[in-house]
Amino acid sequence: MTTLIIAEHDNEVLKSSVLNTVAAATKIGGEVHVLVAGNNCQSVADAASKVQGVSKVLLAEAEWLGHALAEEVAEVVCAAAEGYSHLLAPATSFGKNVMPRVAAQLDVAQVSDIVGVESDDTFVRPIYAGNALATVTSSDSKKVITVRATGFDAVSAEGGSASIENVSTGNAKGLSKLVSQELTKSARPELTAASIIVSGGRGMGSGENFALLEALADKLGAAVGASRAAVDSGFVPNDYQVGQTGKVVAPELYIAVGISGAIQHLAGMKDSKVIVAINKDEEAPIFQVADYGFVGDLFEAVPQLTSLV
Amino acid sequence: MKVLVPVKRVVDYNVKVRVKSDQTGVETANVKMSMNPFDEIAVEEAVRLKEAGVVTEIIAVSIGVAACQETLRTALALGADRAIHVETDLETQPLGVSRVLSKLALSEDVKVVIMGKQAIDDDFNQTGQMLAAKLGWSQATFASKVEVSDNSATVTREIDGGLETLEVNLPAVITTDLRLNEPRYVTLPNIMKAKKKPLDKKTPDELGVDVTPTLKTVKVIEPPERSAGQKVGSIDELVDKLKNEVKVI
Ligand SMILES: Cc1cc2nc3c(=O)[nH]c(=O)nc-3n(C[C@H](O)[C@H](O)[C@H](O)COP(=O)(O)OP(=O)(O)OC[C@H]3O[C@@H](n4cnc5c(N)ncnc54)[C@H](O)[C@@H]3O)c2cc1C
Ligand SMILES: Nc1ncnc2c1ncn2[C@@H]1O[C@H](COP(=O)(O)O)[C@@H](O)[C@H]1O
Repeated sequence: MTTLIIAEHDNEVLKSSVLNTVAAATKIGGEVHVLVAGNNCQSVADAASKVQGVSKVLLAEAEWLGHALAEEVAEVVCAAAEGYSHLLAPATSFGKNVMPRVAAQLDVAQVSDIVGVESDDTFVRPIYAGNALATVTSSDSKKVITVRATGFDAVSAEGGSASIENVSTGNAKGLSKLVSQELTKSARPELTAASIIVSGGRGMGSGENFALLEALADKLGAAVGASRAAVDSGFVPNDYQVGQTGKVVAPELYIAVGISGAIQHLAGMKDSKVIVAINKDEEAPIFQVADYGFVGDLFEAVPQLTSLV
Repeated sequence: MKVLVPVKRVVDYNVKVRVKSDQTGVETANVKMSMNPFDEIAVEEAVRLKEAGVVTEIIAVSIGVAACQETLRTALALGADRAIHVETDLETQPLGVSRVLSKLALSEDVKVVIMGKQAIDDDFNQTGQMLAAKLGWSQATFASKVEVSDNSATVTREIDGGLETLEVNLPAVITTDLRLNEPRYVTLPNIMKAKKKPLDKKTPDELGVDVTPTLKTVKVIEPPERSAGQKVGSIDELVDKLKNEVKVI
């Protein structure tokens, strides 16, 4: 039994979600290998070889693998899949895009977004926006799985010394090409990796008002998140969205400001260790999950909070 | 060009589902069912492409129990031209659904499939990617903007770091994200018109595909309940608690 993990990276840096995925693989048992498919991405392979618990790194480098296009990456994964019992990737926009394509090419089911491992064929995953937890068994010869990072504590990025082996890249499929990317640049921590998150909702009223949350976040070393309503209203970019269809986070501290607490939002943050809610409506459902709730106007409360922390 | 739009019948997104006491699943009896919200967005996008003259015909398809026909009628009322119901009483799972859809995509000779990125009941987020693989077509998932021309589509995708724009060859499978559009409301006259639009029935057997689920649900439980904490009277008190009680700042 050996697991192959498909690494998420940007050709330079190995994404931290891979460390949680290795943790899930370790629970499944057997050896853990990592496939790095990209372009000029030796540094990623080097990083993967140091990850605790990884015994081998497969490196597939080609110009057409540089943009993580699903059609191209799936081809490489399927070519490398022989001999592996489990194929895992983080349940990020990368893993969600690529892995079902891999599963279908191998004609097996995929188990999405697991948060627990019961045995080598049985896994726990949230359904209905996290309102239920299902335990599912896969009878397929190969298990294709995506892993929700918040379900598994990251393994150490250091301490391993895996060998690195070059593998075949096959030929380019050439079905699609990248035109452009607009990545949000921020000096703040990434949402999914932050230990504190300050999130704003429709109650913020405007994009400019998010400056209030940014000031608080900067004092706390926190990331800034948002509800769907805040994103839809154009206050902040889409990658800020926390929830069923956005990012799933579980920081030490989640501060929800002007967010009502719809189930779809709760699905993305209710596993946070401590939840604080600031809302002027004392009936807001967010208070039902908050450890500490403050009923009041956010435009007064947030600056006050910023000055006190 | 013809477009296929798969639509799934799911528990309405406003319903707070309850887990059955025997832990076999969630309660779906006497619960409001609706079209999966992402699929509504897919239908809307297809209708807009038709209104723009890019698309000539929209075929909606649903796989599942007899009641899926209601979902198909909604799709027809939103502007789909005709519908196909592939009837099965088995629980549908992405791999089986993708097999059905790939057959139909080829037999109906469509150039684009537009579908939801995720069904809000199983939260799988797989079927579109699987369909693209089965067909050997290009895929553009999590779309927030779609432009279709004769031989390619330009799609802006919502990814973890922000946005990316791809140019994909046609035929292609496109899956919708929430911000792609805001679906129109179904009007009464359109509901009446929809009743007269053609709705074909087929079975997986007739299509020669196996839709038997291969993932078995062993049990379904409630997630650990989070209890409401306390209200604080002031921000001073809040800061004190965060520093001294739970020590997170
Ligand atoms: C298929 C589907 C998927 C979805 N996925 C997601 C998702 O991933 N993430 C997500 O967040 N949502 C998601 N939603 C949307 C979700 O249902 C809610 O509509 C959304 O979360 C509401 O955002 P909000 O709380 O910011 O806005 P609202 O519900 O409008 O709440 C605003 C809150 O701000 C408070 N407020 C206003 N002014 C002030 C003030 N001055 N001071 C203090 N408080 C104030 C109000 O009391 C209110 O409680 C999804 C919906 C669907 C249908
Ligand atoms: N039984 C079904 N009938 C029609 N379409 C479906 C069905 N199941 C899934 N789909 C389509 O596949 C999308 C993604 O579903 P899923 O992969 O289950 O999250 C949905 O938004 C639908 O467009």
